[in-house]
Amino acid sequence: MWIYQKKLQYPVRVSQCNPRLAKYLIEQYGGADGELAAALRYLNQRYTIPDRIIGLLTDIGTEEFGHLEMIATMVYKLTKDATLEQLRDAGLGEHAADHGPALFYHNAAGVPFTATYIQAKGDPITDLYEDIAAEEKARATYQWLIDMSDDPDLNDALRFLREREVIHSQRFREAVEILKQEQQQKHFF
Amino acid sequence: MKPPVPQEYDQWLEQLQTVDFVLTELQLYLDTHPSDPQALQQFRAWTERRRLIAGQFEAQFGPLEATGGARSLHHWDWVESPWPWQV
Amino acid sequence: MFTQQKRYYPYVSPYDPCAPIRQKFYQTPPELYLGFQPPGLPQYSAREALARGTLWPALYSPYGKSSREAQR
Ligand SMILES: [Fe+2]
Repeated sequence: MWIYQKKLQYPVRVSQCNPRLAKYLIEQYGGADGELAAALRYLNQRYTIPDRIIGLLTDIGTEEFGHLEMIATMVYKLTKDATLEQLRDAGLGEHAADHGPALFYHNAAGVPFTATYIQAKGDPITDLYEDIAAEEKARATYQWLIDMSDDPDLNDALRFLREREVIHSQRFREAVEILKQEQQQKHFF
Repeated sequence: MKPPVPQEYDQWLEQLQTVDFVLTELQLYLDTHPSDPQALQQFRAWTERRRLIAGQFEAQFGPLEATGGARSLHHWDWVESPWPWQV
Repeated sequence: MFTQQKRYYPYVSPYDPCAPIRQKFYQTPPELYLGFQPPGLPQYSAREALARGTLWPALYSPYGKSSREAQR
């Protein structure tokens, strides 16, 4: 089970009302390499990975939900109290026609989230390589987002999230090394 | 309308986020290094620090978890303080 | 030590319609180099760890405006 903590992992601050940035950030909310996809991918792979790796998948998957909440907070703050005209001018008119001011799990181009973004092959090395690739893809997405944003406060939190992908990738790489280790030989005399 | 959180809220929150972050980093590290005695020792020390800071935070600003609610006999304080995306 | 950013020089054709970018950059962050993290690596203070997003300088990967400006 999970227990909710009433706080963000890292402070999220936004300097200006800027719905255009929210439109881009939604990529990390409901996009292919976003935080929702990450959380669901790792937590689902847990059931068919050697015991030694289950804790890591559980803990990183859980942290990804915390990142999802940070992205949601950014989107919420960037669009809160924006007028329909402002949303329309920021390219969010189509979004508002369906969802009004609500958040939704789709990518920056409006494509709804799909389970086909994630994979589980039940082969431990294959799954961990998928996870390493997912972290690098998320890191790359954060780089594009930082490049496109000129909100220094927002970029501070985006840099934090990018660094977390570095750490997650590192840990998944270590998990691969753990699975490569030769088993303790049983000695029969 | 709820009043905005007091000014000290930000500093307290950041203190809490700081200890929790160290714990998260150590936790992921220990997941792949389960028998590093130094990291284990550090994790224990920070867990204790976290307990103190979280206690002080909750006393001032309300519960961090729903199970920590109902400190007051008159109202359900879990839903009273603002939510993380609102502050 | 290693650099966290590498550059390359793409081919520029006289028929390219957009103004050419002569140097392009890509990131090579520390998880590509560290291997299995050895125990006892130096750590940041707790406050700095939160600000940087990691407890260990060996895994810190700076990225920001400067990385973009380097592309000019
Ligand atoms: Fe991640």
